[in-house]
Amino acid sequence: MLVVKEYEAMIEAYGKAGGNLNALTNNEVGNLLIHKNRVLRANGVEGIRVETEETETGVKVHFLMEEGMKIEHPVHLCFGVLPKDGLQDITLKIEAQADSEVAMVAHCIFPNAVDVTHKMDAAIKIGDNAKFSYHETHYHGEFGGIKVIPKARIEVGRKGVWESTFSLIQGRVGVLDYDFEIFGDEKSINELMVKVFGKEEDDISIVEKIHLNGRGARGLAKSRLVLNDNAKAMVRGETYGNAPFARGHVDCLEIVNGDGVIARAIPLVYVNNKQAKVTHEAAIGSIDKKQMQTLMARGLNEEAAVDVIVKGILR
Amino acid sequence: MLEIKHLKLTLNGNPLINELNLEVKEGKIHGLLGVNGAGKTSLANLIMGTTYPDEGSIIFEEQDITRCTISERANMGITLAWQEPARFEGLSIREYLSLDRNLSLSEAENYLWTVGIPPGEYLNRAVDGSLSGGERKRVELASVLAMKPKVAILDEPDSGIDVVSLPHIMNGIVEMGKRGSAVLLITHNEGAVSISEEVSIICAGKIINSGPPQEMCQWFKNNCQTCPHIGEPNYNGV
Repeated sequence: MLVVKEYEAMIEAYGKAGGNLNALTNNEVGNLLIHKNRVLRANGVEGIRVETEETETGVKVHFLMEEGMKIEHPVHLCFGVLPKDGLQDITLKIEAQADSEVAMVAHCIFPNAVDVTHKMDAAIKIGDNAKFSYHETHYHGEFGGIKVIPKARIEVGRKGVWESTFSLIQGRVGVLDYDFEIFGDEKSINELMVKVFGKEEDDISIVEKIHLNGRGARGLAKSRLVLNDNAKAMVRGETYGNAPFARGHVDCLEIVNGDGVIARAIPLVYVNNKQAKVTHEAAIGSIDKKQMQTLMARGLNEEAAVDVIVKGILR
Repeated sequence: MLEIKHLKLTLNGNPLINELNLEVKEGKIHGLLGVNGAGKTSLANLIMGTTYPDEGSIIFEEQDITRCTISERANMGITLAWQEPARFEGLSIREYLSLDRNLSLSEAENYLWTVGIPPGEYLNRAVDGSLSGGERKRVELASVLAMKPKVAILDEPDSGIDVVSLPHIMNGIVEMGKRGSAVLLITHNEGAVSISEEVSIICAGKIINSGPPQEMCQWFKNNCQTCPHIGEPNYNGV
């Protein structure tokens, strides 16, 4: 595929997936567009440096948010593989220096995947008092022939903030092996959220680990899954309260909406300091009967009621 | 408009609803007063169709709806506000009021104002655990109003709420009546049924007395609140 055509095809797919085209192509906004192992666009703005290196199977990316810089507009990222098969291996290094503030919005697009693997290995360091939010949304096709393997190790400094959302609710999941681990320093805020809609034979594994290592660190590992047909899911939410006044919570909800579904959840709460507190709640079950009856009493049929409930949970 | 005839429902051999007869007239607020365990919620569920009776019939606008589904009844114009309303993660109040109806913003705002909720602060909030009990009940009433029902069954709308919410709830019910809906106002609080045109008293799954609100409230106070048989198994209310 010629680079220009590749660029145009990715832009078109990004637009179809609901991405903000203006933001992805705007020189005033930080953005990065990668198809397979090719960097089609990389634009830094004042306060953000972006370095990329293409490898045989993917791209190495280094983002540096400079100290004290508050980035007004979210940085837009787009990763994708448009052909039916391929491997995309992204190595991501993010450094948000002290007192910086930025939001990143990533779209991952695999509309035709029959045999595609998308891997992301991220090493992320959030400096003292820095604030970083990362929202990743996937758009998959209906074939289910995709493996998504996002792994991240995140260190959050004193009074730093990390908030991330991983959302895979459009198209078939395929195989998902999500593994994020955070280490939070004093008074840091560490939040992970995963939303997945599994269908047919999708196979989902989610690991969210939060280590609250600093005094007064706070953490939330939240997951919302809806499973139809024969989808399988395993969710491990782990929070470790290792310091005084650390507060953590693990919250997992899996809605089982198919005869062949297998849903599992293993919350782990661990405390080794008498002044720390970690709680958890995990619920696996069918759609709540009372919610169904309430919506049906407002005139919705059963199918429409399920749709409203599921969309709400995955929103 | 809504006639309940010889309704019976048993659970493990114990009668929950026992030969119950009741009529709710078009555009009227009908109070249903009873102590805990009298069968109020069981009756509400039977009318809405979340459970089916063992015997008897429910007639709505001269049509037997005893075996109709919840959705069918709702689409005929019957709805129910539960005593403990469900909470919905990710569903905004505006979406909840609208659902599959094309409710305009001004209509949604109007329904919220009717129950004393400022729309600007609340329309985009989720119908989830972040709402207090009173707020959630007011939103529930607003959602019933938005449906413009022919019959609204309100199961204990006045229970478990804060003093701020109560007058707004009562105002919402009165407004519902003014807008032409018949209301079956279910409560154990005789003060709440003062806004009704007629009151029936339920005990042990049957209607034991009916009449004007003032008279029935006094009767309820004198008889039911001091009744030594409350809670006795198989007490038949006579």
